[in-house]
Amino acid sequence: MSATLQNLVNQPYKHGFVTSIESDVAPKGLNADTIRMISAKKKEPEWLLEFRLKSYEAWLKMEEPTWPNVHYPKIDFQEISYYSAPKQKPKLKSMDEVDPELLRTFEKLGVPLHERMALAGVAVDVIFDSVSVATTYKDKLAEVGIIFCSMSEAVQDHPELVQKYLGTVIPSTDNFYAALNSAVFTDGSFCYIPKGVKCPMDLSTYFRINTEESGQFERTLIVAEEGASVSYLEGCTAPAFSSNQLHAAVVELVALDNADIKYSTVQNWYAGDEKGVGGIYNFVTKRGLAKGVNSRISWTQVETGSAITWKYPSCVLLGDNSVGEFYSVAVTNHYQQADTGTKMIHIGKNTRSTIVSKGISAGHSNNSYRGLVKVAPSATGARNYSQCDSMLVGHHSGAHTFPYIQVANNCSQVEHEASTSKIGEDQLFYFAQRGIDAEAAVSMIINGFCKDVFQQLPMEFAVEATALLSFKLEGSVG
Amino acid sequence: MIYPDSKIVLEVRGLCASVNGTEILKGLDLTVRRGEVHAIMGPNGSGKSTFSKILAGHSAYEVTGGTVMFEGQNLFDMEPEERARAGVFLAFQYPIEIPGVINSQFLRLTYNTVQTHRDKEELDPLEFDDYVREKMKLLEMSPDFLERSVNEGFSGGEKKRNEILQMAMLDPRLAILDETDSGLDIDALRIVANGVNQLAGKDNAIVMVTHYQRLLNYIVPDYVHVMEAGRIIKTGDKELALELEARGYDWVGAECKAASEAAA
Repeated sequence: MSATLQNLVNQPYKHGFVTSIESDVAPKGLNADTIRMISAKKKEPEWLLEFRLKSYEAWLKMEEPTWPNVHYPKIDFQEISYYSAPKQKPKLKSMDEVDPELLRTFEKLGVPLHERMALAGVAVDVIFDSVSVATTYKDKLAEVGIIFCSMSEAVQDHPELVQKYLGTVIPSTDNFYAALNSAVFTDGSFCYIPKGVKCPMDLSTYFRINTEESGQFERTLIVAEEGASVSYLEGCTAPAFSSNQLHAAVVELVALDNADIKYSTVQNWYAGDEKGVGGIYNFVTKRGLAKGVNSRISWTQVETGSAITWKYPSCVLLGDNSVGEFYSVAVTNHYQQADTGTKMIHIGKNTRSTIVSKGISAGHSNNSYRGLVKVAPSATGARNYSQCDSMLVGHHSGAHTFPYIQVANNCSQVEHEASTSKIGEDQLFYFAQRGIDAEAAVSMIINGFCKDVFQQLPMEFAVEATALLSFKLEGSVG
Repeated sequence: MIYPDSKIVLEVRGLCASVNGTEILKGLDLTVRRGEVHAIMGPNGSGKSTFSKILAGHSAYEVTGGTVMFEGQNLFDMEPEERARAGVFLAFQYPIEIPGVINSQFLRLTYNTVQTHRDKEELDPLEFDDYVREKMKLLEMSPDFLERSVNEGFSGGEKKRNEILQMAMLDPRLAILDETDSGLDIDALRIVANGVNQLAGKDNAIVMVTHYQRLLNYIVPDYVHVMEAGRIIKTGDKELALELEARGYDWVGAECKAASEAAA
């Protein structure tokens, strides 16, 4: 049983190839001039350069956070290149103009870009290193007034919207990595759903880091106007390098009255090898502002990759009766470390939040859930339900839970449930005795464990997530 | 039932095995033919449960000597899942709980996996639902069993019924029932035993491991074996079980010892 599993786990990282495309890479290092260079290259308006420089000033005064339950050597921020763009023709009118090498990369990644896209009915904005390569389905979305484009395009074409919302959910001084991102972000996605529009398809972005020693700092902003709704999917991969790459993204969501934003992530950044060498440092700040009454922000994440994950997709429930949701599966194997969870900040009356977190730790990995439920004095009648389950695989992994609950009124209800379980030899033996091999058994146990989260994912993502999890964990049992 | 010239299902010769370096089985011999029902009895620690787990292939036990042939094949050449697909079934003494995995899905996966390996047709969820509900009637199980997590929160009796349900589905050549009577009240015992009896036929064989005679009132064995210190020291028919119930195990060991001394 162990031998076959050993082979399976030793399969190389599927997305670990490098595409040989000439990149336009900035010299390593960060100072005000680097930021001016980025801003100039992107032909940005003055206010955005100011936003960046102010963020940079703030960042200089900030300290790297040390409170997460993760350990890594100090990052030298002067050793990172802050801009890397594939060199190609400046404007693309159709997919035919895209560098064929780039398209082959996406094919290898299994990104269903052109025809397959149509069948899948998904609009994809592809981010390669830091620049958005092509946005599909833009025209079709434009018909109903939806803006879905790269952040760079949005800055050029819809500066008033970007200026109105950028940094309003996550101020540039929010934390160390958010400040860094605000200073140097190069691209990302922008999505605007006008009043009363239900987005007719799932919107999707695919991120990939291609260059060694380049950081990826993408910036995503989604705004749903009154009564609008959108489901947004994000997938991430990176090639295998022996050095660590930094990924410090910022995602801001704004939901106005009766609006609904659902944000789903399947994160499969390169996690380093089985000895813990290489891999992505995934230090991400994601927050949604449920600004209007009856608005809803829902985060679903399946985190399987990255050497280190540090992220807490959060909801600020400002509008009365607004709803925040967080559904998470975090899997760590080998020497991966994850410190992830959420914050639910209840401010409006009768606000409700749900947290369902499933952590799976295998190998020598460490998996922490960290969550804050905060109920302000104004949030009368607020309700929260949290459920944090951990599953251990093998004998060397760790699971930790750090729940913080702060309630400042006496008419709210907060519930927290937690459990820890283990995939044991005896469970696998039971399956084997019924003819089921270890691989299928682990897959079934994990799916059972994660089903509360998987059923929140859009169909295609749920299938992908299931396969990804089985793949990640094969060989760690038995 | 004993049939003349029936094929051998299981042939165990001189089986020795240990767990964590402690020798548990010390030269066990046993021959089981199709159609037969065997009971293995013996005091705690005599190696009965070890024997059943070794047949199923539990990795915690190390086989240190002897041979086991199953339907003419070396059992130890087969992985645990291969043994199951070939028709070795173990009804567990303590069926393990698998939280989150829905019983109906688990049952269908095991059924279809085994069917595929026997070159038989798989069933889709609807067909399987009909199939399993029919089998459940045999064990007087309520349909809500199907919607619960595998064995999670099941009472002792429910767990054992779930085991025999799987036996009914998988149609094994050799069924090993490891203390299936433990933890059962009298009604559950009757239901479970009734299920087993309906499954027993001339093409399969049953080996029951048990402490107590009471199970044998319901499932009548063709052979009763007494195990002590890792070996079968006495074999008889169902009358032997009654004698054990009345007199305990000590006399068998003493008799056996006297016989071997006389021989020396």
